[in-house]
Amino acid sequence: MVSDLEKAKDPQKLRRIAIDPVSRVEGHGKVTILLDDQHRVHQVRLHIVEFRGFERFIQGRPYWEVPVMVQRLCGICPVSHHLAASKALDHVVGAARVPDTADRVRRLMHYGQILQSHALHFYHLSSPDLLFGFGSDPEQRNIVGVLAAYPDIARQGVMLRKFGQEAIRITAGKRVHGTGSVPGGVNKAVSAADRDELARALPQVLDWAQQGVRLVAELHLANRRAYDEFGTVSSSLMSLVGRDGKLDLYDGVLRARDADGTLIFDGVEPAEYHTQLRENVRSWSYMKFPFIQSRGADEGWYKVGPLARVQNCDAIGTPLAEAARQELLALAPGRLLHAPLMFHWARMIELLHAAEMIGLLLDDPALQSGTLTASGPRATSGVGIIEAPRGTLIHHYEVDSQDLVTMCNLIVSTTHNNQAMNEAIRQVARQHLDGHEPTEGLLNHIEVAIRAFDPCLSCATHALGKMPLAVELVAPDGRVVQRLVRDAESVG
Amino acid sequence: MSDERKTFTLDGQDVEFTEGQTILQAALASGTYVPSLCYHPEFRPHGSCKVCTVKVNGRTTASCTTPATAGDTVELATDDLKDLRKNLVQFLFTEGNHFCPSCEQSGNCQLQAVGYELGVVSGHYNPLFPSRPVDASHPDVLLELNRCILCELCVRASALVDRKHVFSLSGRGITKHLVVNAESGRLADTNLSVEDKAMSVCPVGVILRKRRGFRVPIGERTFDTHTASEIALAGARGPTEDGAP
Repeated sequence: MVSDLEKAKDPQKLRRIAIDPVSRVEGHGKVTILLDDQHRVHQVRLHIVEFRGFERFIQGRPYWEVPVMVQRLCGICPVSHHLAASKALDHVVGAARVPDTADRVRRLMHYGQILQSHALHFYHLSSPDLLFGFGSDPEQRNIVGVLAAYPDIARQGVMLRKFGQEAIRITAGKRVHGTGSVPGGVNKAVSAADRDELARALPQVLDWAQQGVRLVAELHLANRRAYDEFGTVSSSLMSLVGRDGKLDLYDGVLRARDADGTLIFDGVEPAEYHTQLRENVRSWSYMKFPFIQSRGADEGWYKVGPLARVQNCDAIGTPLAEAARQELLALAPGRLLHAPLMFHWARMIELLHAAEMIGLLLDDPALQSGTLTASGPRATSGVGIIEAPRGTLIHHYEVDSQDLVTMCNLIVSTTHNNQAMNEAIRQVARQHLDGHEPTEGLLNHIEVAIRAFDPCLSCATHALGKMPLAVELVAPDGRVVQRLVRDAESVG
Repeated sequence: MSDERKTFTLDGQDVEFTEGQTILQAALASGTYVPSLCYHPEFRPHGSCKVCTVKVNGRTTASCTTPATAGDTVELATDDLKDLRKNLVQFLFTEGNHFCPSCEQSGNCQLQAVGYELGVVSGHYNPLFPSRPVDASHPDVLLELNRCILCELCVRASALVDRKHVFSLSGRGITKHLVVNAESGRLADTNLSVEDKAMSVCPVGVILRKRRGFRVPIGERTFDTHTASEIALAGARGPTEDGAP
C-alpha cells in the first residue's frame, strides 16, 4: 500500500532537507525529506523536476520520423525508444512480423544496448557505493575512485560498455541516436567485417561478464543481511516474457506476479496493455504512477526491470546466464526476491545473457543478408513493447490517413518503478535516517536505493497536457486566502 | 580578339572564364568552391540566398548572378565575407524550424552541409520558431514548410521543367512563404506528381516522398561521404532523392 511517509500531517512545522540533484543517475530528480526536531522522518518523496512532453509534440509529425525523434528522450537508452517506436509502427505499416534480417539486426542493436547500459549503470554509477561503502568518503565514491582503487574492475566496465556501443554503431550507424530501425524493418544488414569485429571481441566480453556476475554476488553475500533488508518493500512484479515463457528482452507478452509469486496476468498481448495498466498522477511529481488496474491505484504498484524479469520468466535461454539465475533464485527457494540491491545482481546476469545472445546472433546468417523491410495493409494504431535496460517500455501511437501521428502514449521503464522507488527510499529513511542527525553519508543511503533501480528520469516525464500547478495566496498568519489549482487531468 | 584569354582575379589569383559565365560558374570551373544554396546548374541563377556573395571591385554582389568581367578584382574568402556568409546561413536556421537530429534529410541536406562548410556550430540568433503547419494532404508527398529557405528552386523546376506552376512564393519580407497552386491551399489539390523535377531539387527537407524517411543508412548519405564543396566542384548539385551524389 502507499506509504504513510508520502504526506506529512503537519509539514509547516518540519525541517526540510533536499537531495538536489540526485547524483549518479540519468536525468534530474530530487529527494525531499521532512524531519522534526528529534530527526524523526515524517515525509520522503522522490520528485522528478524536469518536464519533457514528447507525447505532445510528436503529434502532427509523420510516423516514419517517430523512431528517430523519440529516441532523443535519452542519451543512455535511445535504442530502446528507437526500437519500441519501430515495433509500434510495424503494426501501422502492416508488418507485425518483420523479415528475419530485420529481426536479427534489431535484436543485435537491442542486446548491445542492454549490455552497454547495464555496464554503465553497474560499473560507472553504482559500483562506487558497493565497493567503498554507502557512507564512504564522497571524494573517492565515484568512477575515478574505482579506477584508482580497482583499476581492473573499472577497465572491464569501460570495455564492456565500449563493446555494447560498437554493436549499436554497427547496426544503427552511430553509437548514440542512430537511424538503423525503420517502421517495417531496418535500413541495412550487418557487414561481414563488422560481424567479425564483434565476434573477435566476444570471448573476452563473455569472460568479463562472468567476472561481473561473480563480483556482484560476492559483494551481496559479504553483506547479505544488510543488503537483503536495505529499502526492501514487497510488491508485484511485471515484465515482458517470450511466448515460450523464457526471458526475451525484445519481444513477447506481458506477465505480472503478486509479491508472493502468484500470477496476476499472463500472456497479455502488447496491444492489450491498457486493459491491465492504468496511470495515476500526483500533484508533486511530473512522473506518473502506473498501477495494475485489478489491484487499484493504492495496492496495484509494481516493480519492473532486471529483478522482475529474471524472476518473472520461466528460464533464461542461454546457459551461462541461466546457471547464474539459478544461483540467485536459490537464495530464497519458493519465494520472490524484492531487495532493491538484488537488482544489481539480476542486472549483471542480464549483461551476461546479452553477451551470450550477441554471440548467437553473430552466428545467424540472416544477420548479414536478406529482405530488410516488410509492409502490408495499413492500420491506424500500433503498440510496441520492449524490455529496456531499466524495465518494460511501452510506446503506443495512433496515425491518421495522412500519415501523421495523432496520439502518443509512452509508459517508460522508470515510470513503472516510480512508486517502488518512493517506497524504497521511505524504507531506507526509516531504517537509517530516523532519529539521526542527517549526514552526507546517511543521505547517500537514500541515493543508493534510488540507484539500484537504475532510473532514467529524463525518460520518464511526459505527462500530457499542461503542467500541474497550484497557486496559494497566504495571509501573514498562515491562513490560505485563495487557492487556484490546475491539475494535469483538468486541462489540455 | 575572340581567342584572347579573359581573366579576373579571385582573391589575388587569375581565373579564366568564357563569355556568358557568372563569377560563381567561373570560380567553380577553376576549382574554387563558392558556397551557395539557391544556385543550381540546371537553372538560371536566381540570386536570392546571397550565400555566394563576393566583393567585385569593392562592391558586394551575388556571384551567381554577376557576369564575369575581364579585369575585375573579386574577393571571396576574406574574413568579413566569411562572417557575412556564416551569418546568412545562421539567419536561415533561426528563421525556420530546423531540427537536424530528427530530420529525415539530415545527411542529405545542403543547408546542413553548407553550414558545416562555413563553421556554423549554432544558430547564434534567437530562433523565431515560426508556426508553419505540415501539409500531408497529398497521398505521396509531404510538404514540411518549417524548413523552407525560400530558394525558389521548386518554383523554378515546377514552372520551367514540369510546366505545372505548382509552387510559388507569397507575401513579403519576413512573412514571405511558399504556397501551392490550389484554391484550397492543399498540396493534394494540385497536379504535383512524384516524378516531377520539383520533387528532387529542394536543398533542404521541405518536399519529401512519404514513407521513405531514414531508408538510407548513416554512412551512405550524400554528405556522409562528400562535403558540400566536393559536390559543388564535381559539377553535381547537392543531394539527389536517393542520397547519391
